[in-house]
Amino acid sequence: MKLTVSKAIGQALHEEMERDENVILLGEDVGVMGNVFAITKGFRDEFGSDRVIDTPISESGFTGIAVGAAMRGLRPVVEWMYDDFITVCLDPVMNQAAKLRYMTGGQVKIPVVFRAPMGAGRRNAGQHSQCLEALFTHIPGLKVVCPSTAADAKGLLKAAIRDDDPVVFLEHKLLYARKEEIPDGEYLIPLGKADIKRPGKDVTILTWSRQVFFALEAAETLAAEGIDAEVVDLRTLVPLDWETVRASVCKTHNVIVAEEGVKRGGVGAELSAQITEELFDDLDSPVGRVAGLNVVSPFSPVLEDAEFPHSADIVSCVKKTLGR
Amino acid sequence: MALIRAFETRAAECFTRSELAGNIHLYMGQEASGVGACLALKDTDYITSTHRGHGHCLAKGASVDRSMAELFGKETGYCRGRGGSMHIVDVNLGILGANGIVGAGIPLAAGSALASKIKGDGAVTVAFFGDGASNQGTFHETLNMAATWKLPIVFLLENNCYGVSTEIHRITNTDRLAIRAKAYGIPGVTVDGTDVEAVFHTVAGAVERARSGDGPSLVETMVYRYQGHYCGDPAAYRPKEYLIEGKSRDPVDKARTRLLELGVKETEIGSIDRSVAEEIESAYQFAKSSPDPDPAAVIDNVYSSDNERSVLR
Repeated sequence: MKLTVSKAIGQALHEEMERDENVILLGEDVGVMGNVFAITKGFRDEFGSDRVIDTPISESGFTGIAVGAAMRGLRPVVEWMYDDFITVCLDPVMNQAAKLRYMTGGQVKIPVVFRAPMGAGRRNAGQHSQCLEALFTHIPGLKVVCPSTAADAKGLLKAAIRDDDPVVFLEHKLLYARKEEIPDGEYLIPLGKADIKRPGKDVTILTWSRQVFFALEAAETLAAEGIDAEVVDLRTLVPLDWETVRASVCKTHNVIVAEEGVKRGGVGAELSAQITEELFDDLDSPVGRVAGLNVVSPFSPVLEDAEFPHSADIVSCVKKTLGR
Repeated sequence: MALIRAFETRAAECFTRSELAGNIHLYMGQEASGVGACLALKDTDYITSTHRGHGHCLAKGASVDRSMAELFGKETGYCRGRGGSMHIVDVNLGILGANGIVGAGIPLAAGSALASKIKGDGAVTVAFFGDGASNQGTFHETLNMAATWKLPIVFLLENNCYGVSTEIHRITNTDRLAIRAKAYGIPGVTVDGTDVEAVFHTVAGAVERARSGDGPSLVETMVYRYQGHYCGDPAAYRPKEYLIEGKSRDPVDKARTRLLELGVKETEIGSIDRSVAEEIESAYQFAKSSPDPDPAAVIDNVYSSDNERSVLR
């Protein structure tokens, strides 16, 4: 069956709400309107206003409410209209959801999912275009998922909802309309398992979310020049599938990381450090990084396209890494 | 109330003798508020608390031993030494947690109330917080949502007039904070927080209203914070009249006087004092003699599943 990424996400939510009455949705415009990207259209009529809750524009309040409800055994799925809005509700995420299990000596579980669209490319300027996954990976206690394909988005979201820990689930909004094949019937994709989207032997491209498609495009260009790139879609940043990373790096001996978020303090910096620390002897070249510029996402399409990486940037980083 | 006073008196002694790490924030002077409110609750009801949370937790039934052990950072403490004084939690007793962030417990409490409403379990949640928290966005956001959704919750604002050093009227434009309830269309009442009976009766009414589905109330208890913000803070920013006035209305003394008026014998009160003293001494010995957490367990329980992998990378 072919589905768009947004429909696949809607299907995951729908299946989990049908399966478990403890799953509830909260967020701005998720109910009557059915979400700004129409992901939860019709849910309120089907599941009722107790389980599909239109909130006021009070991110801090409703995110905190979801955390409290999770402490009491519900499985809330919170929607932030954009991941950029984390700036007004970081406390319930960072100091509460992420820390309460540890700080209570393991007494509580916080089974909450924070869903949010992210990313540049829709000309929404600096407060509606960020990729903030690096921020979340820095916070112990959170799991961080960044799917690329429709099939992955569905299976990972179902797993995230069933997970007993707080999961930040970041959906790139430029992927919502991509229509792709998804498996029939129910399936889950475990958190912490990468997927090799294209096998190759010369260089590893570690990536996730929208950059996966730029990497695949780049791999085709590189193939025409005789370079066989392996595209590893990490899918989950915490927990990280180190075994897959290690195996790929040990096979290709060359690796770059491609991410849309800004370069400074990015996930690529962390991956680069871990690979250098632990796999130095397996490397033929320094770890390459392709990332967003350390600037604010600009409005002008011309400027925005210059801010975040495209396949050409990945191609040139790979060539530089390989000395070609 | 006597137990809370004795617990904190001992905790303060231990802190002063450097037996406790970190910091403690004492509830002394505010006991009637937490005790009166928790008396209006069933065992199956819930509370959230604050950085000044010893009193709320003990009033809701927390074990003195495990609370003291947590202050000592021991493995036998409520949070196995991972939380400390500001973070005592006992989910089985409905104590969803003291909290180190001012105002953070308010939406958590509303989440608990939302869970009760959805599950239909009939439980009420009380959110304890102070005058300082009433100026956080979470207070206003949560009151608005809880009122609109008629959640079974009581907002219990303990107004000791000071957020750390800042006197409340220097930073707010109304005489009473309970008046803010009007903005959200819920009842708001101010009560003498040194009078345990008055607090009990007021909160009982608010709990009844919440339990019957009529939604939240805001109860403001006027209390005195005997100590500075933290134990050892000389509170030089306060006029000395504040403490003189507070001590002249000491909630524990007032409760004693009232019990005598009601015909309770001096000897009975004396026996309560003796049993409290024994309980505190025994909790102190328990805490002192309990083992520290195992340093090798420092990574435990960050996550419920896949913990080690999620922590190590």
